[in-house]
Amino acid sequence: MLYSPTPLHIPDGFLSLVVSLICWIISALIVAAAVSRVNRSLDERKIPLMGVMAAFIFAAQMINFPVAGGTSGHLLGGALAAIMLGPWAGILTMTAVIAVQGLLFQDGGLLTMGANILNMGLITAAIGYGFYRLVSGRSSKTVKLSAAGIAAWLSVMAAAFLASLQLWLSGTSPLRVVIPAMLGVHALIGLGEALITVFALGFIFQTRPDLLDETQADKGGKTWAYVGGAIALFVVLLSPFASADPDGLERVAEDSGFLHAAQSAPYQIIPDYAVPFLGQTALSTIAAGAAGVVVVAAIVVLVARGLKAKP
Amino acid sequence: MHVNLFDRYQETQSFLHRLDPRVKVLATIFYVVSNALLPDGAWFAFFAAWIFLLACNALSKLGWNYTLKRSLIALPFALIAITVLFTTKGTPLFSFELFSVHWALSLAGITRFAAILIRSWLSVQMALLLVAATTFPDLIHALEHLRIPKVLTAIIAFLYRYLFVLTDESFRLLRAREARSVAAEGMKRGGSLLWRAKNAGNMVGQLFLRSYERSDRIYQAMTARGYSGRLYTLNPHEMKSADYFAAALTLTFLSFIQILGRI
Repeated sequence: MLYSPTPLHIPDGFLSLVVSLICWIISALIVAAAVSRVNRSLDERKIPLMGVMAAFIFAAQMINFPVAGGTSGHLLGGALAAIMLGPWAGILTMTAVIAVQGLLFQDGGLLTMGANILNMGLITAAIGYGFYRLVSGRSSKTVKLSAAGIAAWLSVMAAAFLASLQLWLSGTSPLRVVIPAMLGVHALIGLGEALITVFALGFIFQTRPDLLDETQADKGGKTWAYVGGAIALFVVLLSPFASADPDGLERVAEDSGFLHAAQSAPYQIIPDYAVPFLGQTALSTIAAGAAGVVVVAAIVVLVARGLKAKP
Repeated sequence: MHVNLFDRYQETQSFLHRLDPRVKVLATIFYVVSNALLPDGAWFAFFAAWIFLLACNALSKLGWNYTLKRSLIALPFALIAITVLFTTKGTPLFSFELFSVHWALSLAGITRFAAILIRSWLSVQMALLLVAATTFPDLIHALEHLRIPKVLTAIIAFLYRYLFVLTDESFRLLRAREARSVAAEGMKRGGSLLWRAKNAGNMVGQLFLRSYERSDRIYQAMTARGYSGRLYTLNPHEMKSADYFAAALTLTFLSFIQILGRI
C-alpha cells in the first residue's frame, strides 16, 4: 500500500465493547463541540479549507524519509494540523482523516474509530496546539519551532500511551508488555514526526509567515495552552510511572473494579458496580479518583470552550 | 501520473449494490458490534457470523471469497495481542523459560487470542464489503441521514475529492526528490538523517502551501458557482421494501448469532 499504517490505528476486535463505547462518547462530545464552534462562526469558507487540509494530511503521510534498516519516518499530522489551522479546525480535519482511513481503507476499525479519533485526532491536536500556544506570542522563531517539535513528539507519545491503556483495559495486552512496546516504538516514530513538523513549519515561516500569524490571532485562546499543557503534563507524569511500575497501575485498576468492568460485556457491568468503590485501599481510591478528575475536567473545559457563544 | 488507486468501489449490478446505503452502514456497524459482544469461546456463533459474511459476499456478486482475499490487512496488529497467549490465567499446557521469565501457554490464553483475531478478521471483511458495494458519495449521504453533522460530512466529501489531486501532488514531490538524488556506484546516497528529515519536512511544508492556496482557489470557484456551505444531491435515497426487508433479516440473523453464542 502507498502509505504505511502505524500501530496506532486500532482495528475492530482489539478493544472491548465498553472501552470502545466510552471512547466513542468522549470523541463524539468533543467533535460535537468543534462542529458547533465552526457552525457558529458561519464561515463557510472554512469547510473547503478543512476538507483540502484533511486531504493534505493524507497526502503528507505519504512523504517519508529513509531512517535506517528499511524503516522510514513519516507524519501523523495531528500537531501540524492543529498548529496551522487552530485547535477546533485541526480536530475536525483529523477526525475526517481518521474516519476516511477507517471507512475506506480499513486502517482502524469502525467500533474502535472513537478510540482512534480520541488518540490520533483529539489528544494530538490538544497537546500540539496547547503546547505550541504556551510559548507563542512574542517568542522568537527558534523557540516557537522547538516548542512545535516537542509538542509533536509529545502528541505521538500521548497517543501511543492512550492506545496502550485502551488495549490493556480491553484485556488485549498486559500493561507491562504493551506500555514499553508502544512507547518504545513511538519514541522513534515521534522523533520523525517532530523533525518533519519542525522543518515543515520552518519552511512555512520562511515563505508565508502571514499564515502562522493568522493562526495565532483568531483560532484559539490561552485556555488551549492550559488544557494542552495539562494533558501533556499528565502523560509525562503518568507514563514513566506506568512503565516503571505497570503492576502498580494494574493493581489500582483491578482494585477499583475498573479493569473488570472494562473487559466485560455491558450487561455484566451492573452487578459489578455494586462493589467497585468499596473495600479497597485509600491510596488506590485517591489515585483512580485523581486520574478521573483530571480526565473529566479536561473534557468539561474543552466542551465548555466549544459551546461558549462567541460572536 | 494520475492516482486512482484509492477507490475501493467495485462497479457491478447486485442486490447489495442496490441496497440503501443507510441499511448497509447500519448493518455493518451492527455486525461489528455483534462480533464484539460474542463471548470468547463461542465458536459456533463465530462460524455463523462467517457464514453470514459469505452470504453477503455472494449477494454482492463480487465472488464469495472477495473479502477473504483481502482480509489480512489487520493481521500485523495481532502482534500486540500475542502476549495474551501467556498472560491469561488458566491451566498451563506448555511452559518454557525465556529472558529469565517463566512463560506458560494456557488453553484460556489460546481461546482469548483466537477470539480477538477472529473478531477482527470478520469485522474487517464486512467493512471491506461495505466500501466495495457502496460508492463514496452514497456513503457520505448515508452518514448525513444518520445525523452525522453536515460540517463533518462536507469535510469528508472534500477530503475524498481532493485526496486524489493532492496525492498526485505529493507523488510529484517524491518523484522530483528521486530525480535529484543521484548516487554514484558504491557511494552513500543523500546526507545525514537530519538532512533527509529536513528535506522531507520542506516537502511537507511545500505541499501544505500548495494545498492551502489550492483551497482558496477552490473556494472562490465554488462561490462563483453559488456555493453557500451546503452540498446537494440529486439522489433521493428512499427506503424501499427490499431495504426494510434486508434490515430486518440482518437484525434477526445477528440476534440468532447472539443467542447461539450463549447456549
